[in-house]
Amino acid sequence: MTVNGAPRELVAPARELLLDTLRERLGLTGAKRSCEVQVCGTCTVLVDGEPVSSCTYLTCDADGREVLTIEGFSESPEFAEFERAFTERAALQCGFCTPGFLLTLKALRDAGELRNREDVISGLDGSVCRCTGYKSIVKAAEALVSAPDAARAER
Amino acid sequence: MSTPEATAPTALAERVGRSEPRKDAGEKIRGRAEFSGDVNVPRMLHGKVLRAEVPHARISSIDASAAEAVPGVVAVLLGAELAGFDPYWGHAIKDRPILATERVRFQGEPVAAVAAEDEATAEAALREIVVDYEELPVVGTIPEAIAEEAPLVHDGPLRPGLFHGLGKLPEREGNVCYRYRLDAGSVELAEAEAELTVEGEYEFPAVYQYAMETHTVVADFGDGEITLWASCQHPFLVRAEIADLFNLPIGRVRVIVPYLGGGFGSKSYTKMEPITAALSWKAGRPVRIQNRVDESMVTTRRHGMRCRMRTTATRDGRLRSRSVRLWLDTGAYADNGPRVCATAGDAAPGPYAWEAVQVDASCVYSNTGPAGSYRAFGSVHLQWIGELQVDELARQAGVDPLEIRRRNLLRPGQPVRPDGTGKPLDADLVGDVEKAAAAVGWGKPKRDWAGRGVAVGLLAAGAHPVSRASVRMEADGTVEVNVGTTEMGQGARTVMAQIAAQELAIELEQVTMQGADTRFTPYDRSTGASRSTTLAGLAVQRAAADLRERLLATAAGAWGVERAELEAVAGAVRGPRREAGYAELIAERFGFIGGELVGEGEVRPEQGSGSYAEGPVFWEICIAAAEVGVDPETGRVSVERIATIADVGRAINPLLVERQDEGAVLQGVGNALFEEMVYEDGFLTNDNLLEYRVPRVEDMPARMQAIIVENGDGPGPYGAKGCGEGAQAATPAAIATALADAGVPMNELPFTPERVWRRIQQIKEADQR
Repeated sequence: MTVNGAPRELVAPARELLLDTLRERLGLTGAKRSCEVQVCGTCTVLVDGEPVSSCTYLTCDADGREVLTIEGFSESPEFAEFERAFTERAALQCGFCTPGFLLTLKALRDAGELRNREDVISGLDGSVCRCTGYKSIVKAAEALVSAPDAARAER
Repeated sequence: MSTPEATAPTALAERVGRSEPRKDAGEKIRGRAEFSGDVNVPRMLHGKVLRAEVPHARISSIDASAAEAVPGVVAVLLGAELAGFDPYWGHAIKDRPILATERVRFQGEPVAAVAAEDEATAEAALREIVVDYEELPVVGTIPEAIAEEAPLVHDGPLRPGLFHGLGKLPEREGNVCYRYRLDAGSVELAEAEAELTVEGEYEFPAVYQYAMETHTVVADFGDGEITLWASCQHPFLVRAEIADLFNLPIGRVRVIVPYLGGGFGSKSYTKMEPITAALSWKAGRPVRIQNRVDESMVTTRRHGMRCRMRTTATRDGRLRSRSVRLWLDTGAYADNGPRVCATAGDAAPGPYAWEAVQVDASCVYSNTGPAGSYRAFGSVHLQWIGELQVDELARQAGVDPLEIRRRNLLRPGQPVRPDGTGKPLDADLVGDVEKAAAAVGWGKPKRDWAGRGVAVGLLAAGAHPVSRASVRMEADGTVEVNVGTTEMGQGARTVMAQIAAQELAIELEQVTMQGADTRFTPYDRSTGASRSTTLAGLAVQRAAADLRERLLATAAGAWGVERAELEAVAGAVRGPRREAGYAELIAERFGFIGGELVGEGEVRPEQGSGSYAEGPVFWEICIAAAEVGVDPETGRVSVERIATIADVGRAINPLLVERQDEGAVLQGVGNALFEEMVYEDGFLTNDNLLEYRVPRVEDMPARMQAIIVENGDGPGPYGAKGCGEGAQAATPAAIATALADAGVPMNELPFTPERVWRRIQQIKEADQR
């Protein structure tokens, strides 16, 4: 598979979970383990651009696919806009869930499904934040709705 | 705690009072912030815990031989092997064994632990351990626990823990491990004379804090010393308890605290540290234990409660008396139950001037998971009940709910505790509640099945007032704040840096702060009870002011001028004829580019022992107003508008204050509308996030507003006082009073659609009769 743009060849036992591969074998600890039942979204990574819960995704199913984690996303040019949106509004507290929110929003936007507040609310349904009360995260996400044209012009 | 003698050199609002971006935003957004589960120590093993399958039983035998034979397993630990220590812990009551030996008292109690080369191997080995249980009668509920002839969850005498802070612990009475009583004035007389009376029985559910990072500890038990990397809020209290447990000097236990993935009280005091340390002792190698969610749910939770309350008033709505009897279910081990009980007792009267008050609060053991701290404990239990009764009296008296509060709320300087002890009121409650009510359109017309409510309460905040800090300036003028506050999302590292920058008149970028390492970080009592900005912040302010004085003294000595002729301005010391940057002064002092200057600051009780009875450090204000709608066909309640008051004295960082309250509101919405741990005969039936629902983005109230009030009346730096808990106590209370205003008074939380619908049917039937 490809992880954050770099080819990775490894032998994974059939039952190994992608989250464990990333965290324990590749040292990519930005994705976190929490609910383990696909409710909280804190283990979210993108596989071929789609958000998946890596805590319940088998590593062998990622064979031949492209995996993007927060470590990879944060190196990309478009990340600055996401970082600014979240930093300016303090749309994070403990930070445990934050990478999952960012990757989910990126996937939504890349798919053209981040057009308005309704998209934000429905798109973040699989991401839990226990600290912020969501208001600031929704505002940050709305900034990403309205900002892309300006941001693309900057690049 | 008076404000420091020296005056800050920077005008307020240059560093303090500004919504600076979080210092930790970059690390966290990029996924680089290190949490306990990210810590990797050389030779580290992975630990898993075998937990009791039944709520109450004698252990007839344990056979771990097959587990020991599993390839990759390094150690299997049973409770009997710890007999060389006194293996009981508990900061309030030492009632909890590291591992159960003869008896298990709750489903999920640790019975054995395995350390292996990887987690999967450790899990597999757990399945090879055979435990035979002889089941005992289960005490599953509060009524069962307090019944005559109830089976006893604990039968020996109670041994006080190191940090109960509650004077002399009372003797155990049956399953009651702590009792708080208050009797002021004559309730009998007031009730006999009362023109208006309201009384009722109420239930509050056990709920789960759900810090998204589960309890996680890495322990390295070396030669006569232990190092822990732990997701703990109170590293210095953990250090003391671990030292006590394993017979080590305090200085030989080192607790390092990475970022916490949320706390909310769930990581206060000691949790998974003893078992992880013990497993490392057995294995002779470092061990990491990371709970699953179902394990953290039985590690600690919020107390369920039953309560009877009666409140009386005169015909024109003057409040006269309140009597309260309540029982808190602390589960199989006390955890912080005694303090929760005392705080609930403290909160029970509510913020009113009474002729007479009687409170009798019991903390009871049961065969369920232990209950401890969770944001706004005690106050969240009582505020909704007290405020519902005040509203009912207002209705009977024909007085507006806001008006009855204007008439009866305590005024600044009045004693809060009805017996006159402790700190008097230090806030303007009437002004606060009027702001909240106005924000939700108080008095404006309402739709059918809509209601508005306000709620006012107080929370004893600050815990024990001991905090120390040092602020260290390197030779290049950069500054490190050393203070034991745990960063668990509240923004403490940002706020502490702002305070230091303010005192030193330097840019915020020059200041950093790390998590506590008890070997090097000065002592701080704890991170909880909304105390950090107020107490640790004051210690940081004093330390930074001390460092500033050292810089000024350095310049005075070097230049041969009087200290009084010098001032600190914009990163430099300025005298009548000379000016030099801090780095230049340090170089002058040591003769080369090196050395450092360190300032120290301390907060301790100004008089007495700083005990709970003498306190609190300040009264945290719990005020909210809400507008709700209820669908009479489905019973679904929606929170349309909510406004909370952050009465913080001075907001060091207004943006972070708002975030605290917004987060507290959503946790309060969960507590009010759907969160509930469901126990059946001691078995927790919804121990996962599918069945235990926490608020999601769709549950956010349509409009939520966090109003900051700055009256400069706090005991902390610049007149600040803490926040973040008050809104959590006030939110369920405001939802409850708003729902009652909509015509549906409820006496059992959470207000699930089913409960609300049933209540509506009851009310309709009563109306038809």
